[in-house]
Amino acid sequence: MAFGPFLLLALMEGLVTAAILALAASGLSLVFGVMRVVNVAHGEFYMLGAVLAWAVTTMIPGPPAMAFLAAVLIAPLLVAALAAAADGLILKRLNYDPEATIVATIGLLYILQQAALSLYGPNANPVAAPFTWRIQLPWFGYSGYKLFVVLAAILVLLALWAFMTRTRAGLVMRATQVDRTTAQAFGINVDRVYMGTFALGAGLAALAGVLIVPVQQAQYLMGHDPLLLSFIVVIIGGLGSLRGTLIAALVIGLSDGVISMFFTPTLAKILATLLVAMVLVFRPQGLFGAKA
Amino acid sequence: MKPWILHIALIAVLATAPLWLSPYHATNLARIMVLAVFAMGYNLAFGYTGLLSLGHALLLAAGMYAAGLPAQLWGWAAGPAFIAGIAGGGLIAAALGLLALRTAGVSFMIVTLMFAQAGYLTLLYFAHVTGGEDGFAVVSSGRVLLGSDLSTDTPRFLAALTIFAIGLLASLALVRSPFGRTMVAMRENEERSRMLGYNPFTVKLAALTLSGLYAGAAGAAYALLFGYVGASFATIQYSILPMLYVLMGGAGTTLGPFLGALLMFALIEAATVLTTAHQFIVGAALVVLILFAPKGILGTIRERWLRWLP
Repeated sequence: MAFGPFLLLALMEGLVTAAILALAASGLSLVFGVMRVVNVAHGEFYMLGAVLAWAVTTMIPGPPAMAFLAAVLIAPLLVAALAAAADGLILKRLNYDPEATIVATIGLLYILQQAALSLYGPNANPVAAPFTWRIQLPWFGYSGYKLFVVLAAILVLLALWAFMTRTRAGLVMRATQVDRTTAQAFGINVDRVYMGTFALGAGLAALAGVLIVPVQQAQYLMGHDPLLLSFIVVIIGGLGSLRGTLIAALVIGLSDGVISMFFTPTLAKILATLLVAMVLVFRPQGLFGAKA
Repeated sequence: MKPWILHIALIAVLATAPLWLSPYHATNLARIMVLAVFAMGYNLAFGYTGLLSLGHALLLAAGMYAAGLPAQLWGWAAGPAFIAGIAGGGLIAAALGLLALRTAGVSFMIVTLMFAQAGYLTLLYFAHVTGGEDGFAVVSSGRVLLGSDLSTDTPRFLAALTIFAIGLLASLALVRSPFGRTMVAMRENEERSRMLGYNPFTVKLAALTLSGLYAGAAGAAYALLFGYVGASFATIQYSILPMLYVLMGGAGTTLGPFLGALLMFALIEAATVLTTAHQFIVGAALVVLILFAPKGILGTIRERWLRWLP
């Protein structure tokens, strides 16, 4: 294969990574933006989405498309409910203290991972894609499902944007983000906003997990990489800024695809993690964020 | 005087342990003491100075490789290799501090996490030297100290005890010294300490470097006493473990790290009979501690009964 088509393939793979990353990272960014909570267990919500997608598709008989549709609806809802419970039982009692919540979500990470290992097992299991057609380019064939993932992510993110800017619930969330105390004084039930935000963030991660599982298989350790990459994206994009998160997801996803294809994935990750550390040290508001 | 008597009494009791413990448990105790040294270092940064780091695995691994690689590649003996390990931990900690201490709070946690992750991935990237995830066994010629073989039970236990005792007494002396008070002042109120004329950056940098010396010593001791060096010690798990030990035993107490390491080890050992779900215990312990006992065991005891506890 010549260099041009090779680069095209790398970019397309990178676009899929970017789409998944944008979904997962927007959840993380939302939770940090509104609640000021760094959720270390975010990758596990992604993993749970994938594992539950496997569970749902194996339990529901019928054509793969139907089973997958059911998984897309059920898995994120279950994960969101779990996250809401975790918020009420743990985070709320800690008064959302930034450092204490990090320790608590690390604990949650271990608990969820162990639960997945004990109940689901150490094996990676595939989930059938809802459809199998391929797009034939002059140089190589490409999975139509992967392009569907990109499209679906764009639609979900547009819906999220509309939700945050055009609905009353979104307005309430943004009000809480700007000033928690004043929002409370205006009669906003901050506890409920926090619970909803945490559930929504987890649901977005789970949705990303469901969408990726036909490409990647479900495994109990699969949450590590997305957690790290989501952190990278959210920090480079500016903590709490949704627009920055999306741009950063695109940049990181595409460059990850290209660097992984031409060099090694390990080198790509080393460079990305160092970049994040340096950004936080020298430009804490992020590369795209205007203000902290 | 009371604190010194208490600490020396603990060391004396531990010294008699091989007499009343089976060799298996004595070796475990040696391991706990080495991990407690790591946790003591973590406690200096987190418990006393208020620096919540998520990257201490990097410092442990720095000590481990700084001791293990020279022994492996150039045939260094255990003594010089151990010193190289301590220096490695301190140097990396100082370098980490120069960058990471420009941030604070949550940013500091993430920056240290990211640097540790980059360090771990670097170890994997240079797998032909470091052995990567599999690691390597330290050559037996590198595990001889003053003519005694550190891979045998008694010298290993005595070496671990010596390092632990020095680490414990040094940390007691440190936290009772004026500099130790300055560290606590940084934790309690950085702005006020600055107003009193202390430079927070240099105090925190010194505390983190000291913490790195401890972590380096623990890593080097682990490599030389237990004969294994591997990149798995640089993973996030080994940044969480000392935090867990310190939270359980009591952050900002000199004996807390050892008590936490001992209890956590015993808890996992006891639970092995019932379940193989170790991670669940670690996770549940973290959540329960942060929810119901954020001061840890000795922190609570000090608050309620023994005000003199250091």
